[in-house]
Amino acid sequence: MASLLPCPHCGPRPREEFTVKGAAQARPAPDASPDVWFDYVYLRDNPRGAYAEYWHHTSGCRRWLIVTRDTATHDVFDSRDAAEGREVRA
Amino acid sequence: MTPYRLPQGGLIDRSTPVSFSFDGQALQGFAGDSLASALLANGRLLVGRSFKYHRPRGILTAGAAEPNALVTIGRDGRTEPNTRATMQELYEGLEAKSQNRWPSLDVDIGSLNSLLSPFLGAGFYYKTFMWPAAFWEKVYEPFIRRAAGLGRATHEADPDAYEKSWAHCDLLVIGAGAAGLAAALGAGRAGARVILADEHAQPGGGLLSETAGIGGKSAPAFAADLLAELAALENVTILPRTTVFGWYDGNVFGAVERVQKHLAHPDAHRPVERLWRIVAKQALLATGAEERPLVFGGNDIPGVMMAGAMRCYLNRYGVAPGRQVAIFTINDSGYALARDLETAGVSQVTIIDSRPEGGIDYAGAARIVRGGVVRDAHGGKALTSITIAAGGKTERLRVDALAMSGGFSPIIHLACHRGGKPHWSDEKSAFMAPSGLQGLSLIGSAAGIDGIAACLEDGAAKGAALAETFGFKAEKPAFGLTAGEIAPMPARPLWTIPGIRGKAFVDYQNDVHRKDLGLAVREGYGHVELAKRYTTTGMATDQGKLSNVNAIALLAEARGVSPAEVGTTTFRPFYTPVSFGALAGPSHGRHFQPVRKSPLHGWAEKHGAVFVETGLWYRSAWFPRDGETDWRESVARETKNVRINAGLCDVSMLGKIEITGKDAAEFLNRVYCNAFLKLPVGKARYGLMLREDGFIYDDGTTSRLAQDRYFMTTTTAYASGVMNHLEFCAQALWPDLDVRLASVTDQWSQMAIAGPKARKILETIVDADLSNAAFPFLAAAEVSLFNGQVQGRLFRISFSGELAYELAVPAGYGEAVADAIMEAGRDHGIQPYGVEALAVLRIEKGHVTHNEINGTVTPGDLGFARMVPAAKPDFIGKRMLERAGLNDPQRHQLVGIRPLDPAAIFRTGSHILEKDAAAALENDQGYVTSSCHSPHLGSTIGLALVRRGAERHGEEVLVWNGLRGEFTPGRLCSPVFYDPQNEKLLA
Repeated sequence: MASLLPCPHCGPRPREEFTVKGAAQARPAPDASPDVWFDYVYLRDNPRGAYAEYWHHTSGCRRWLIVTRDTATHDVFDSRDAAEGREVRA
Repeated sequence: MTPYRLPQGGLIDRSTPVSFSFDGQALQGFAGDSLASALLANGRLLVGRSFKYHRPRGILTAGAAEPNALVTIGRDGRTEPNTRATMQELYEGLEAKSQNRWPSLDVDIGSLNSLLSPFLGAGFYYKTFMWPAAFWEKVYEPFIRRAAGLGRATHEADPDAYEKSWAHCDLLVIGAGAAGLAAALGAGRAGARVILADEHAQPGGGLLSETAGIGGKSAPAFAADLLAELAALENVTILPRTTVFGWYDGNVFGAVERVQKHLAHPDAHRPVERLWRIVAKQALLATGAEERPLVFGGNDIPGVMMAGAMRCYLNRYGVAPGRQVAIFTINDSGYALARDLETAGVSQVTIIDSRPEGGIDYAGAARIVRGGVVRDAHGGKALTSITIAAGGKTERLRVDALAMSGGFSPIIHLACHRGGKPHWSDEKSAFMAPSGLQGLSLIGSAAGIDGIAACLEDGAAKGAALAETFGFKAEKPAFGLTAGEIAPMPARPLWTIPGIRGKAFVDYQNDVHRKDLGLAVREGYGHVELAKRYTTTGMATDQGKLSNVNAIALLAEARGVSPAEVGTTTFRPFYTPVSFGALAGPSHGRHFQPVRKSPLHGWAEKHGAVFVETGLWYRSAWFPRDGETDWRESVARETKNVRINAGLCDVSMLGKIEITGKDAAEFLNRVYCNAFLKLPVGKARYGLMLREDGFIYDDGTTSRLAQDRYFMTTTTAYASGVMNHLEFCAQALWPDLDVRLASVTDQWSQMAIAGPKARKILETIVDADLSNAAFPFLAAAEVSLFNGQVQGRLFRISFSGELAYELAVPAGYGEAVADAIMEAGRDHGIQPYGVEALAVLRIEKGHVTHNEINGTVTPGDLGFARMVPAAKPDFIGKRMLERAGLNDPQRHQLVGIRPLDPAAIFRTGSHILEKDAAAALENDQGYVTSSCHSPHLGSTIGLALVRRGAERHGEEVLVWNGLRGEFTPGRLCSPVFYDPQNEKLLA
């Protein structure tokens, strides 16, 4: 249950305010190969450790964020507005 | 003889008697009593029946670990089963009932199970309920379900309120015993924000049962002084009656505060329980240590009790356990009890000390049996005697109470909640908290520290040190000398006692005895996780707080390894049971599922609408008139009236999104699969939104109100989903586009005015020219109404297939405008129509909804292939829509379907078979997605998704409802049943 997620706009907020979408992958170029698109739509890594995901502050500022967290410990390393790009500092 | 109240002593208020009842018997205790202490003071030994064998059970502990004394408290909606009598404060009028017995606690038929015990060993269920398989559902499961569980929950609604709160602090101290109090003071005096939580009504922990002196005061007085100082500190919050039950990510702790569970008449304006989520920079676990039972025969007979618990009842509650008391101990804690018993006037005390030598030099009068064990306890519903084995001889001793102490296990549960594994300490004969914890550390006896003085020192040092890390200047508090304490130092454990005759219980609550664990090992379930599930040891409401370490040690002995090698099962929240009420908090009933009413709800109500819940919305489904006995009658009338005259339908619940910005057109062009770049100002367009996998996500109309301003509608069900999706596209995918989104669903009241007379009616309301030339099909404009009194938006769009408009006005004007339209349309025969008629109208016209857009269809499947321009460089779903499988000519495609016999019906969800095919799934050609009775055609009609459907119009098929065994011959046709040339629409 309870955990807090840092929102770059609102500060640490209860997880219930957020919606997770899944892996924060870059959308391929429209002319990328079918394989690349298939990977983007269907294939996900399942790493133990750092994982960057899209989270939506649905009941807050309504911004989409890229949150990088540790899948084993749930430590959050980084949380940024998705519009700022997906380069992630670990 | 039974337990009795001493003439003086204890922390109870003897001037305030409290009446309560147990199984209907009126009893009396004092303010300050727990239910358990009051029951003991009244001589009640037998308080419950065990789970499997229905053995008589008494009170074993004085705290949270109690496995036996589970009772049902309260009545009616306040009935609460499985309440630990040891944790329940006594209050005037408290009603407690025993559980798991029939017909009564004294005479329990279920106790016959004891005679069957040779057949009820570990794995009984697995071995017995195997065959025949057909017996599972009818015989075994009902039997097991009836036998399972202890108390019975009420079916009545809980009348009380619950709430949830967040709290933030520098330091959370869990447990207000010696270590916890000292730590809270060490950090609190320095100025740190401290929360001190304790599960008991009265903080103080073991100090409240202690007869040692500290700094010249009695231990309870010392605790009271510390609490008074803490209470006076503004930066310290004391939460009594608060169990911290879990440690979660981000150093968030879950706790439940029993705000009013100790009151006969809870204040209706306050919660009975409060669920806390406490965010702490650091936490100190000062939860103490649990005394372990000893595994001898009959160790569950009422009258056998943990030594520490007996001392607590004696010193804190002034209740003596009996006249002839034996104490079976492996360490010094038994001597502290013996001394206190003697002081209280219990003169016949025997100590059976498993150690041949060592330990303290006891100066009291008690008889001491060195190097001895209690092999068996005897008695039925009350202890009568024990068999002592020492020096090769046995002795039968008459006793009415037996205390036991098998050593201490630090209470480390919370420290393991985030995945850390405890480690075994040979020195302490106990599992210790995982190492390398962050944000939480252990103090006092939870950390394996023995004795009050050492615990005070440890807590004070760690509390002050943490305050320094928070940036405060801290000084370690000093507390003076401790006098007269007999501290239990670690001693050699005694897991197996030889020569036992009776049943020796390891897990009291689940009736797991010593032999069950040996059996589990012999049958291949010796791994600790398997043994738990095979024998049920460590399950149920107490989760093995008393039993786990004994069980692990016995498994270890049976496997010939060390307890370290066996390890523990996984510690998970909750530490103790948490009520559903506390977890739900205020989120129940309408607070869980609020009613969402359209701004036209009142208008619909006025016209007698029958409402249907769709999500949170209440939508007007139909508007019955006098004389109509069936909803179909009303729907048919409304439908026909729209086709002949005009109707008004509330469509306010459609999702509405305002899209602005100079790149709004480009944005829409990317989120819809069809073209939007060239949509002119003043026009609406039907839009299809795909998912990235190429399937249709949602549909709706979007109108261009100005060069850089659009108004989008979504389906009702997907309103919030589409908003989230668009925000994702705008923020995460294309942040470079200048586009802004605002949900305006609640800002607009929107109504459809449909039917051949719609224009005539609206012309009297809307100021603009509504002629076909000035306002053609798909026109969209901001308009004024009533000679400029109200500004609205008018769209010439039609879901019904008729000449139709949708008019949006600011929500607050909705009802007045609807009234005005009804008034203006009276002579034209306008009637309100609901979503049922709307559904009939759209099926007749072949318009799709989420019945058809069910996640498996592409634009091509619905006949919209030509809407998707090949030249469009990009849109959501473009690349995956190009996949061969999504363009396979064999795909299911939208068709219409009618029964051959106009009087025949078929149902939505029925499958389509070729005319002469056998009713089997391999012959399945598709399925009916929507169906209704069409007043226009006078028969059932349907929309269906059928393999190659577009080229099969005219083919005779069989509609098969496999669930009801119905077969209806039918014919595939165009999905547009009504006005295929759009003459009505464009009129």
